[in-house]
Amino acid sequence: MNRKSKQTIAFGAFRLLSLAVMGILLWILGFIIYNGAGAMSIEFLTTSPKDNMTEGGIFPAIVGTFYLVVCSMAFAFPLGVMSAIYITEYASNATIVRIIRIMTNNLGGVPSIVFGLFGMSLFVNTFGFGDSILAGSLTLGLLILPLVIRTTEEALKAVPDAYRSGSLALGATKLQTVRRIVMPAAMPNIITGLILSIGRISGETAPILFTAAAYFLPQLPHSIFDQVMALPYHLYVLATSGTDIEASEGAAYGTALVLVGIVLLMNAFAGVIRRYFNNKMKTY
Amino acid sequence: MLAKRCNKLRERIVERIFSVSGAITTIAIVLIVVFLFREGFGLFGSSTIENGYSLFVNAKNDISSLSPTDTKRIFDGEITDWRDVGGKAGEIKVFRFDEIFNLYSEDAFGDNYALLPDKLAEVIDNNPTIIAFLPDKYAPKPSSVVKRLTDRRITAADFVLGTQWLPTATPSPLYGMLPLILGTLLVSLFAVILALPLGLGVAVYLSELSDNRIRRIMKPAVELLAGIPSVVYGFFGLAVLVPLVQRTFALPVGETAFSAGIVLAIMALPTIISVAEDALRSISPAMREASLALGATKWQTIYRVVIPCAKSGLLAAIVLGIGRAVGETMAVLMVSGNAAVMPHSLFESVRTIPATIAAELGEAPSDGTHYQALFMLGCILFIFTSIVSIAAEIITKKHHTSKEL
Repeated sequence: MNRKSKQTIAFGAFRLLSLAVMGILLWILGFIIYNGAGAMSIEFLTTSPKDNMTEGGIFPAIVGTFYLVVCSMAFAFPLGVMSAIYITEYASNATIVRIIRIMTNNLGGVPSIVFGLFGMSLFVNTFGFGDSILAGSLTLGLLILPLVIRTTEEALKAVPDAYRSGSLALGATKLQTVRRIVMPAAMPNIITGLILSIGRISGETAPILFTAAAYFLPQLPHSIFDQVMALPYHLYVLATSGTDIEASEGAAYGTALVLVGIVLLMNAFAGVIRRYFNNKMKTY
Repeated sequence: MLAKRCNKLRERIVERIFSVSGAITTIAIVLIVVFLFREGFGLFGSSTIENGYSLFVNAKNDISSLSPTDTKRIFDGEITDWRDVGGKAGEIKVFRFDEIFNLYSEDAFGDNYALLPDKLAEVIDNNPTIIAFLPDKYAPKPSSVVKRLTDRRITAADFVLGTQWLPTATPSPLYGMLPLILGTLLVSLFAVILALPLGLGVAVYLSELSDNRIRRIMKPAVELLAGIPSVVYGFFGLAVLVPLVQRTFALPVGETAFSAGIVLAIMALPTIISVAEDALRSISPAMREASLALGATKWQTIYRVVIPCAKSGLLAAIVLGIGRAVGETMAVLMVSGNAAVMPHSLFESVRTIPATIAAELGEAPSDGTHYQALFMLGCILFIFTSIVSIAAEIITKKHHTSKEL
């Protein structure tokens, strides 16, 4: 066989493999969207589950996931961004930077169930928060911290050093440079990271299994010390341990569609922001 | 003058705040390690018998302690003669605490069950081949007729090498994690073997062959694949793959290591693709141009120059893919069937370490050995994934330094 036809075969195989991966993605999305669309309605999104979760909607789970996302980001986002600013802009000691970086890299690879264990041991038992929004959010916040730090670090590093030098040469202080020059330039990428983190957090099940999630609650939570229902846990319950799995199938497809919808929306949103600001940068 | 000072002060304060948040992050990570290991290592040295209970035999019995496996087999009726556990021949009579209420009427125990220990001692005295499982609260005092079996302690060897995971067995639960470790490895390795050709193929395609237009579609698609929550993958697996596997291979149940492996392979794909693609892209264009200038075809260049150069990066992709598969919880919990037995084939139900934690932590009381055993499993996962991250880092670092040379 000559080398040209070898090349044709090899390249054909790579194309095929890529098509296969795209096919898998479309299969999963298509399956969820096709089956979930039937369950979708305004009522499904705005009412509570009824009759052992076979009827009614998923409103409490949507609200619960919303609370968890907001609370965990309120904790992880400022902490992560400030840590990243410290690492990239301030820290002069290379050892400290390396320690923090090794720690966060390592943390990024830790399975989410291990965060669940830790959250249960520290927040639920030791601090005595019980199963609550607070305990769940802190656990989720820790889980997402490495991602926030990494995306912010990358965003800050993408700002050319000339910006910093220029600002400092004009007599601005370090803080002024960071606040007025570096941060505005890095903001689009930081926001993109924030949005992707939200998408990730809203789908996590394992960390809230023992720190926040409830099987069923008759009313919405009143404070951060209450348990909540959450979308991913609700889907898990519907798919595996409902009293009547056949009858709650429609609700399960609907919940899966809402979860996938959140991720799709967040990814699309992040993409739009990225593109918008990239175009804007080009015009300078 | 004052304004300038204020400014300086503000600079200082803000810098402090930044450094403090860096410190908090580091402390949080240290805390995770401390709490995980503190709870986990409590397991070793705990009694093998259920908390608050002890085993008693007649004082004439030679046996002075029993291993947890023997205890379990005696109480399950698998061992029926003392000879089998190293004692004098004689049929073992198993006695559980509740049975005392069948032998005596309620008023024989006196006020507040004050005479209960004496009655239990009587029973043990009357049956030379008895083994009694009694709560410490009512246990008879060791005497010339009653002997309390010495506690054994759970050892690291029991935990690591034990082949039975029976955390709720009474009187002595068994925490052998070998079936869980093997289950995890079986599913993860199968998943990575499935995902490798796909992942590496897509990575080569994205970095070497595709034009910008296709990249602009493929990259977000891969990101999306990474973004789909694991519980949705689990649901998809349960609704589509499990019935498919069951029908195709004519199995009694579709929840097998095979189904779990397929789901995990899909989930490990984005990690493998993005790490491998980065590795391929980091090869300098000069290498490719040199190869092409020497008359090699594009495929020869990829095959003989680009891939060998990116070898360590591709290895890192494989390692991280395994790490991703090993730690995955919800999807595996939903499709693997969760039978905690030694796995024999891909077409049986298996249970992985993360799935075990997720399935059992809710029922384990927080002061018992079961809880500690689950934390110990968490420690094992933590250690494993740490090794994976560090290995990947070392592999890629070596790669970078060798490239600079």
